[in-house]
Amino acid sequence: MQWKHKDLLDISQLSADEVRHVLATAAYFREINSRPVKKVPTLKGRSVVLFFAEPSTRTKTSFDMAGKRLSADTFALAKSGSSLTKGETLKDTALTLQAMNPDGIVIRHGSSGAAQFLAERLECSVINAGDGRHAHPTQALLDALTLSRRWGGDFAGKTVLILGDIAHSRVARSNVLLLNLLGANVRLCGPRTLLPPRLDTWPVTVFSEVAKAAQGVDAVMCLRLQLERQQAGLLPDLREYARTFGLSPRHMALAAPGCCVLHPGPINRGVEIDSGLADSAESLILEQVENGVAVRMALLYLYLTRKSPDAAQSGIPV
Amino acid sequence: MPENNKPQQAKKIDLAVKSALWLGPLKSQAKASSQKGSQPGSQLGKMQQPKGQLVDVLVARGRIVSVAPVGSLDVHAAKEIDARGLLLLPSLTDVHTHLREPGQEYKEDIASGLCAAAFGGFSNLLCMANTRPVNDTASVTEFMLEQARKSWPDGPRLFPIGALTKGLRGEELAPMADLKAAGCMAFSNDGRPVASTELFRRAMEYCQDLGRVVIDHCEDPWLAPAAGVNEGEVSSRLGLAGQPDIAEAIQAARDVLLAEYLGAPIHLAHISCEKSVAIIRMAKARGVDVTAETCPHYLTLTEDEVAGYSSSAKVNPPLRPRSDVEALLDALADGTIDMLATDHAPHAAHEKEVEFDAAPCGISGLDTALATSWELVRAGKLPFGAFLRAWTTAPCQRFGLPVNTFAPGDPADFLLFDQDATWVVDPQTMKSKGKNTPLLGRTLRGRVVAHFLAGKSIV
Amino acid sequence: MSEPRTIMTAKEMARTLERLASEIIERRGEEGALVLVGIQRRGVDLARRLKKLLDARLSAPTLFGMLDINLYRDDWSNLGISPTISSTDIPAGIEGATLILVDDVLYSGRTTRAALEAILDFGRPRRVELLVLIDRGHRELPIQADYVGKRVNTASHERVDVLVAERDEQDKVLLRAKA
Repeated sequence: MQWKHKDLLDISQLSADEVRHVLATAAYFREINSRPVKKVPTLKGRSVVLFFAEPSTRTKTSFDMAGKRLSADTFALAKSGSSLTKGETLKDTALTLQAMNPDGIVIRHGSSGAAQFLAERLECSVINAGDGRHAHPTQALLDALTLSRRWGGDFAGKTVLILGDIAHSRVARSNVLLLNLLGANVRLCGPRTLLPPRLDTWPVTVFSEVAKAAQGVDAVMCLRLQLERQQAGLLPDLREYARTFGLSPRHMALAAPGCCVLHPGPINRGVEIDSGLADSAESLILEQVENGVAVRMALLYLYLTRKSPDAAQSGIPV
Repeated sequence: MPENNKPQQAKKIDLAVKSALWLGPLKSQAKASSQKGSQPGSQLGKMQQPKGQLVDVLVARGRIVSVAPVGSLDVHAAKEIDARGLLLLPSLTDVHTHLREPGQEYKEDIASGLCAAAFGGFSNLLCMANTRPVNDTASVTEFMLEQARKSWPDGPRLFPIGALTKGLRGEELAPMADLKAAGCMAFSNDGRPVASTELFRRAMEYCQDLGRVVIDHCEDPWLAPAAGVNEGEVSSRLGLAGQPDIAEAIQAARDVLLAEYLGAPIHLAHISCEKSVAIIRMAKARGVDVTAETCPHYLTLTEDEVAGYSSSAKVNPPLRPRSDVEALLDALADGTIDMLATDHAPHAAHEKEVEFDAAPCGISGLDTALATSWELVRAGKLPFGAFLRAWTTAPCQRFGLPVNTFAPGDPADFLLFDQDATWVVDPQTMKSKGKNTPLLGRTLRGRVVAHFLAGKSIV
Repeated sequence: MSEPRTIMTAKEMARTLERLASEIIERRGEEGALVLVGIQRRGVDLARRLKKLLDARLSAPTLFGMLDINLYRDDWSNLGISPTISSTDIPAGIEGATLILVDDVLYSGRTTRAALEAILDFGRPRRVELLVLIDRGHRELPIQADYVGKRVNTASHERVDVLVAERDEQDKVLLRAKA
């Protein structure tokens, strides 16, 4: 498949076939991660800037590892180490990065639309590692890889419950799009204060009680509850939240046999998910992390080896 | 209204505009009509755009002498203008602009703002007090008026709006009697609405004594203030914190209840949604002294403009869904919404070229307001009479400004408008320093070919 | 464009593979572990057939693996598309073994170079050999095969297509002009 996208901003850019191609490619990259030498020379000489304007250890590490395993040179630009804190605008940061001529930029930013803002101004590939509440396409793809392996690639007729703080969640937004694209049904459940407006325009079914939402589902995605939601007046307290919206074994008993649990991490144990459940056999949380590296390798591979303008016509000599 | 209504006898004609197309009624034909003549909007009601007739306009000493069917007057004027193919319109009045001077001249200054007004078809401009320093002392008002006199001595006329509270901080009343004496025509805390209902009540009472109207930017201070995007389908999809329409309507309701209780006038700025319209309609039915404005962008654009995180469409109050646009058009046609204003809010390019969250709210409107609102008349969505009322008589009556109804003695403020001329909105064609409009790059129809202010050509 | 010319029939291919299996046994006898690693994709099919032939004649089963060399290519900047990645599965136990890389066509040698680099990431075989069905010349690197099914003189504007029943419904090798 010829990869035609310059940037990965959101799942809405991708067709179902393209998603399947990413997942298939990622499945092969999983094998590299189990080798004694976990490195291939594919992206030797290519440079990837990891521009994380918001703190994130796991996503940054995952991208860093993905890049290095493909032999790309990765350069981290964290908020504390960048001039963002000195009042430089995102545009100037973008132009500065452009001048360094990287092959790709991975961006994490607190403002929805920041990845698109960068992509519109840069010639290199921009991969969105989470922008505000908008999108987190690589998380959705790694979740899909995890479920795909669990379900033998078949999403049709499966039902996935996304549980928790939907309103502030880019993970939820990207997963709703991706799961629908692959043919799964999506349910959302969370307190009204943490649901986005106009859910009637989303391709989802909305529940206000976990016990009802969990009936017969094939997977549950728990979302991280940011503890500052309490100060913002969206929740009375965490104890009450855990009791009413935390995922517990009794909900799993209502789900379909073989129902699995996902969480984008980091987990607040005992808040959005029962601690024992997070460690149970149903939990795919650690496999998500593993798949994250493979998916990001696949994405770096596809976006950074995509058509190079000076040699567009040449075939693959063997 | 015309205080200098001289007898219509032979006098020296300074200017004759010949063969212009006029779509309204003729007032000079019947003497009695000059009484009611100041309200063409109410006379025309819901008329669709009429066919109109070709007229000659005679002007002497800055005032209208006569408007009569073409060729019916045989006079020699010092200056004659052939207006064949052009539409005759009275100059417009904009009661809501931000001219940024003093303090933020890089966004706009009084000279550039008045230039955009002159070319945009505006003879009267009210400018808001959120300058730096805030227009909360007479010296700032005087400075603004002096800058206007220096840059555009023949107009457009500038009428500053004084701050309602010191520094717009919403804590203490501004010295409004001083400000009035210096030339402020109205008072407002626009941009930083007064949260305290108690203080707002006192401000309304104080203004009433001064015979001035309070203009309120209706926005609940806690419901996603200045989000710049409507809470709805688009914000939900984009993951932006949107502002619900009730943030405006709740404050509109507070204001009209206060106005009724106090028997004081209130003017509601840039109404953007159906819920506010319903409140205003109800208040008017109860006899509350409330007037309201909306802006061309709320009548022509929807929340979809924000879809690509386009900060040029970030405006406060935000662009709303189609259903609100329809409700506003109806309300403007039936008079529930009295007038149009631009809420001209120029910003520098670099200020808007940032993440959506970080961008300031505002659309630069003076350059495009006439063409976009005329498109509504052309499309039959806005009756010509309502258009005239909304841009001329209603604002002038409410704020005590000179107005041209083409009755003898009215100030000779008028435009010759080529309604078919097309032009592309771009940084070169816009006169304002602020190029921040979602219309950038789009083609508009209708341009001001000539603008006379008190009989003098300013464009 | 001229018609494709058959340079190896199904029967010839079967005979050639038999001969190659015999050569392997002749050269190596029964000593040490033997690993056949097919290069994706048709090299894998050929390696599988060779394994069957060898297993029928040797006492210890031959180990089998497959390798996708796309990630080791040295020609990224010339490629128009990102090649689809296929499975790599190298069995444990290549350490100290004799490993035979199996490919359908030997041409520039770049695929073999990539395969050698890849293999070394999995361990250190005692010896690595190369087996190809067709050697068509035009080497760009100092690489030669230890086992060759057939040498064919070709022009660089020509293309050698190996068809295998596993994927192409028939066994046949064609020489044709490049599209």
